[in-house]
Order: sequence, then C-alpha cells, then structure tokens
Amino acid sequence: MSDYNFAYLDEQTKRMIRRAILKGLAVPGYQVPFASREMPMPYGWGTGGVQVSAATLTPDDTLKVIDQGADDTTNAVSIRKFFEKTAGVETTEETEKASVIQTRHRIPEAELTEDQILVYQVPIPEPLRFLEPRETETRKMHALQEYGLMHVKLYEDISQHGAIATAYAYPVKVEGRYVMDPSPIPKFDNPKMEMAAIQLFGAGREQRIYAVPPYTQVVSLDFEDYPFEASKAEHACDLCGSEHSYLDEVILDDAGNRMFVCSDTDYCRSRREAGHSGRLSEEAA
Amino acid sequence: MTPLLQVKNVAKMYGARIGCTDVSFDLYPGEVMGIVGESGSGKSTLLNSLAGHLTPDRGEVIFDTRTEGPVDTVTMSEPERRMLSRTDWAFVHQHARDGLRMSVSAGGNIGERLMAVGDRHYGSIRERAADWLGRVEISESRIDDRPSAFSGGMQQRLQIARNLVTGPRLVFMDEPTGGLDVSVQARLLDLLRGLVREMGLSAIIVTHDLAVVRLLADRLMVMKDGHVVENGLTDQVLDDPQHAYTQLLVSSVLQV
Amino acid sequence: MIELKNVSKSFTLHNQGSAVIPVMENASLSVEPGECAGLIGASGAGKSTLMRVIYGNYLAASGSVVVGGVDVAKAQPREILALRRETLGYVSQFLRVVPRVATLDVVAEPLLAVGTPVEQARDKAASLLAQLNIPERLWGLSPTTFSGGEQQRVNIARGFAHDYPALLLDEPTASLDAKNRATVLGLIEGAKARGAAIIGIFHDEAARAQVCDRFVDVSGFSPKAAA
Repeated sequence: MSDYNFAYLDEQTKRMIRRAILKGLAVPGYQVPFASREMPMPYGWGTGGVQVSAATLTPDDTLKVIDQGADDTTNAVSIRKFFEKTAGVETTEETEKASVIQTRHRIPEAELTEDQILVYQVPIPEPLRFLEPRETETRKMHALQEYGLMHVKLYEDISQHGAIATAYAYPVKVEGRYVMDPSPIPKFDNPKMEMAAIQLFGAGREQRIYAVPPYTQVVSLDFEDYPFEASKAEHACDLCGSEHSYLDEVILDDAGNRMFVCSDTDYCRSRREAGHSGRLSEEAA
Repeated sequence: MTPLLQVKNVAKMYGARIGCTDVSFDLYPGEVMGIVGESGSGKSTLLNSLAGHLTPDRGEVIFDTRTEGPVDTVTMSEPERRMLSRTDWAFVHQHARDGLRMSVSAGGNIGERLMAVGDRHYGSIRERAADWLGRVEISESRIDDRPSAFSGGMQQRLQIARNLVTGPRLVFMDEPTGGLDVSVQARLLDLLRGLVREMGLSAIIVTHDLAVVRLLADRLMVMKDGHVVENGLTDQVLDDPQHAYTQLLVSSVLQV
Repeated sequence: MIELKNVSKSFTLHNQGSAVIPVMENASLSVEPGECAGLIGASGAGKSTLMRVIYGNYLAASGSVVVGGVDVAKAQPREILALRRETLGYVSQFLRVVPRVATLDVVAEPLLAVGTPVEQARDKAASLLAQLNIPERLWGLSPTTFSGGEQQRVNIARGFAHDYPALLLDEPTASLDAKNRATVLGLIEGAKARGAAIIGIFHDEAARAQVCDRFVDVSGFSPKAAA
C-alpha cells in the first residue's frame, strides 16, 4: 500500500462525487454539476473519468482501462498505473474479469454484465454546445426539452454530405427525456448503450457527471427518412477475422498497404487465442 | 371578435427611470400596428415586454391562444411562453445576425422552427425550406449556403422566412428595415406587405421610419419618453397629427 | 349613405405658438345612394379638407360623419379600414403605391382585399386599364415611373375596381384629354346608376354639370370671422 488515501481522493471528495453519481443515475442523462478536483494529470487526459472511477472503486474491484479500445496506449497505461499505485486494486486487460472499466472513446466489444460499471471520459458533456454557446440557454433548453436544435445539426450533416456524417459523439435521447452526448465513442457503439452494466460519464474540466442506469432506453437521434445507422469499416479484422467488431485502419508501408484490426485489443486477442484468424494472421504472428 | 392581443397598462421600469408606462391597446387578427418614436422613447422596451423578452413590472399582455383562449402571457409559465414564441409568435430583429444562426445553412435556419415543433422528416423540412426561400425571393440554389455569405437584405429576408415558416399569428418586428439601403428596403417592405396580407398576420412593427409605417401599418402608436402620446389610423396620425410631438415628428421628415 | 352633421375642423399648430386655425364649422351634408353632389367654392375654401374628414384621413373636431352606418369621427381604426375596404372609395389627386408593384396588381388590389378571386380581380383590372387607354405593355410595370396623366388614370381605375357604395372623387378629370375625360365621366355615371353615393370636386365646369345632381358650396362651412 502507499501513503495515498485509497484511490487518491479524500473521503469527503469521493462522497461528493458519489452524490453526483447517484443523482445522475436517478435522472438518466441529466448533467449533474460537481466540484471537480485538480488531479495529477492534465485536463483532457481523463480527469473526469478518473475522479468517477476513484469514487466508484472499492478495494475488492478489478480495474480495466482502455483508450480507443486498447489497453496498451499511453493514456490507458498511465491511468491503470495511477490506480495500481493509489488504490492498490487488481487490474486486468480482460473485459470479463473487470468490475470497473474506465474508457476513452469506445465501448468494449464483449457484452457487459450487471456486475460491471463502465466509466467514460468526457471532453465536452453538452451536446448542444456547438450550436448554442450560452450555458444559461442550454440548461433552459434541457429543462424545457427544446431539442429542435439537435436536429439542426443532423440536418446540416445531410445537406452537406448527403447522409448523417456525424460518426462519433452521436447524440442520443435517454429514456425519452434528456438528450445526451455519449462522449466521443463511434456511433457503431451507440446501440450497445442499452446494456446491463451501469454507465457513468465524467467531465473533469467541464465539471459535470451524468449516468445511464442498466437497461435504460437510449435512442440515437435521426430523421424518419434518414434513419440512424451504426456504421463501421466494411472489412473483417485482418488479425482475428471478426466481421462484427469496430476496426482501426493501420497504414503498413509507403506503398499504400494497410490493414484493419479490431480497436478492442482484448477482444481481438481472445478471439485469436480461441483459434480465429484473419487475412494477415500468418505474417503478423 | 376577440382581440388577438390585449395590452393593459403595461409598464417597464429601469430602476427609477421609465422604460415605458401606461400602455394599453387591443390588436385584432390581421391588424398591423406601427410604433414610432425617437431613440429612447421606449418603443423597443415595449416591444420586448410584449414579446416576453423582458418582464413588465406592471400590466397584462393577454394573447388569444389556440387552445385555451385569452391567457396573460406575463404570468404564464416559461415553457408555455417559449412554446408560444416558437409556434404562434415570431420576432424579426433589426440585425439579422441576432435572429439567425450564422454558422448554420439557410435551409437549417428555416428548418429549425419546424424541427423545434417536432418535424422529423428531412425531405419535407427541406422542401418547406426551399419553398420559403422562394417566397422571400432567395434563389433555391442558396439553400446550403450560410447566411454569412448573404447580403444584408438577403439576411433580413432569410430571417423573415425562418420566422414565418411555422405559420405564426403575431409577428413582432424591431426596425425590420433599419440599416438597409433604400432600394433593398422597398423590396423588403413589399414582401412583408404581401406576406401579411396573404397569411392574415397580425404584426407590431417598431420603427422610427414614418415611410415604413405608412406602407405597412394600419394604425399607429406614437411614443415619447415612455408614454403613448397619440394613437390612431396611420394616415390620419401622419396627415393630421394632434399631439405636439407627433407634429414635430411628421414635420421633421425630409421630403423627396 | 353619407351624412355629416355639424362637423367642425381646426388645426392646432403646437410647434408654432399653438396657433389654432379653424377651417370648418357646422358642416352638414347628406348624400343619398345614386346621387352625386359636387363641392364648390374658391380654392382654399376647404373642399379637399371636407373630403379628407369624410374619408377619416383628417380627424373631425366635433360633429358626426356617418358613412354606411359608421361614424368616421369616432370609429376605431379597424372599423374605418373595414369601411374603406367595403364601402367607401376615394380617388385622390395623387397616386400613392408601394414601389415595385405592377400596375395591374395595383388596380386589382381593392378587389382582392374584399375577397374577389385573383383571376376575376385581374380581369376587371385589365378591362378598366384598357378602357382608360393605359397601353397593355405598361401593365406589368410599377406606375411610379408613369407620367402624371397615366398615374391619374391608374388611380381612377383603382378607385373604380370595386363597386363601392360610396365614392369620394377629388378632381378625377383634371389633366385628362377629352377621350379619357369622357371615359371617366362614363364610369361616374355608371357608378351612380348602380346606386353609389358620390361626392366630387370638379374644376371642369362641363364635367361638373354632366354628372352632378346638385352642388354644395363649402364657403358656407367657413368659420365666421370673429368680428
């Protein structure tokens, strides 16, 4: 153990954050203000998610941290190390074994269960912000469910690109009430948000926490004649052969060769261990 | 006939200073009323108090709603008032940039009110936006351009289209032709006149331009220092002004 | 149809030492349907003023001005507007129109205002313009650019588009050539025949004699000098 209080934050702060989380769960999709603390990492590196994780973790928990689906990227590694050091909790890369998963920009491919909590890092929690800069006004719009503006954004997409071009941070309506920014996850992940696990969202710089309780209705906004589509690259994973996972495109050389691989590294690894293979399996191995 | 709007003793103070006071009038469906007066006479304060942008300190602003009949909009709940301002009311600002979303295309600007009242069919929204562009004499080919690429007169016409697309019954206009050059003004006035006739709109137009009210307004209210000093048929007030201030105002206009 | 009782009118010039200028006193006058009354009196005697008081353009200081059952001196703006739309026509000496509107639409407008179908209104407007010898190539243009005589004829066409039960005519035949003058007089006689009550000012004595049934000398309404 270290000289840190468990999970870095003091108990009063964690209590304050838990209150915000509970309120968020009670009012799904509503952005609860909270007194975000300075964390030993810069804003934009997941300080909101880290504070929510810190208030959520218990000594018995097993933590997984992913960044764009990967366990081995800088952000994921440093946050995992942070909690290993300050909370001394078990960590894992395996989705099934984790009880708390902090994520940046992805939902794991494996279906989550009622025993799990998914914590999102959120840069800008206000889905209306890019169209309406005034906080007083956006709060009022949420309060009065004046969400026409959200569709203006989608309208602009279609008029400029012929289709809804918004590919990530695709706005959703939670339980028929609040319009919510799902954080910059690809819209491929939107349908997964109706899940068994608890979903918590933390925005450190913007000082907002919001939540989606298990089995809550989450509807992606769309038009009758331009329905929502969860899209992904039209390929199979070149390593594990999965045709149903979200893919990253990797440039291989200067000759324009490229490969598509699962963005969820744990999912890809477990499939390969189970004997699945893709187009480039041999060379990669 | 029930008046569309009944204004009773409305007053708005700025501290000890009078914004406007003792204003009462009835506006009937299809009537266009002009409010004239010099800068600081309280005409914009009055307009904003009527449109719900300012809360009057005294008085009632009773609007004949579609569902519940006459209701005092000063005391109604904010959601109801905001709903009215999206469906039954329209507000045309002097500066088009105050009434438009400059970063959203012309089509999106017009479509916003439709989407705000629940229209969720892209094709029909776009069709109506294109139709309205035509009605305000903007080429349909400009539908995806942002208003920042439009001239001042076009921006103002776009603002009008954006406001009228949901078929409001009462339009508030604050110096709608201010800042536009004369030929553009004439075109805009002609357009507004046509739309008012065609849609049977009631309108309250604040302006300091007497030529504008002569063309657009059925009746006229003259304000000075927050008070209404004269009120009547537009051509009668302009051609046979009774109050000293109105006489001064009318005689101050340069003849061309 | 038109009935004035003890109407007086004065102008108070607040910005010129509050000078009060009385211009009319105890004006009483009645015009029946089918009748045309000609106003006479020296220039400046108050013929046009009286006409403007009847139209509601000038506010009567006292007395009553009843046209088609509405007292113009006391009516609400919207009542006067309804009266002007349905009942009371006015052909002034000057054409006042919105820039840019085509001549045909200027003439058809009073018909549209009372709910006449567009086609029918435009047909009527076209036939009036043709009668008054406005070349068809000008119909699509705004009359603001027309010559004085053409504007005057457009103004007359507009005034006769709708069959008003009461008409005020201020110098309708001024500045017209013989042919157009005859057309206008024909229109006035037609209006009388369908039962319109007409008050007119005609400087042209022959025209006056042809259409007027009687004359009213407005000098009789001049305020008596306070001698």
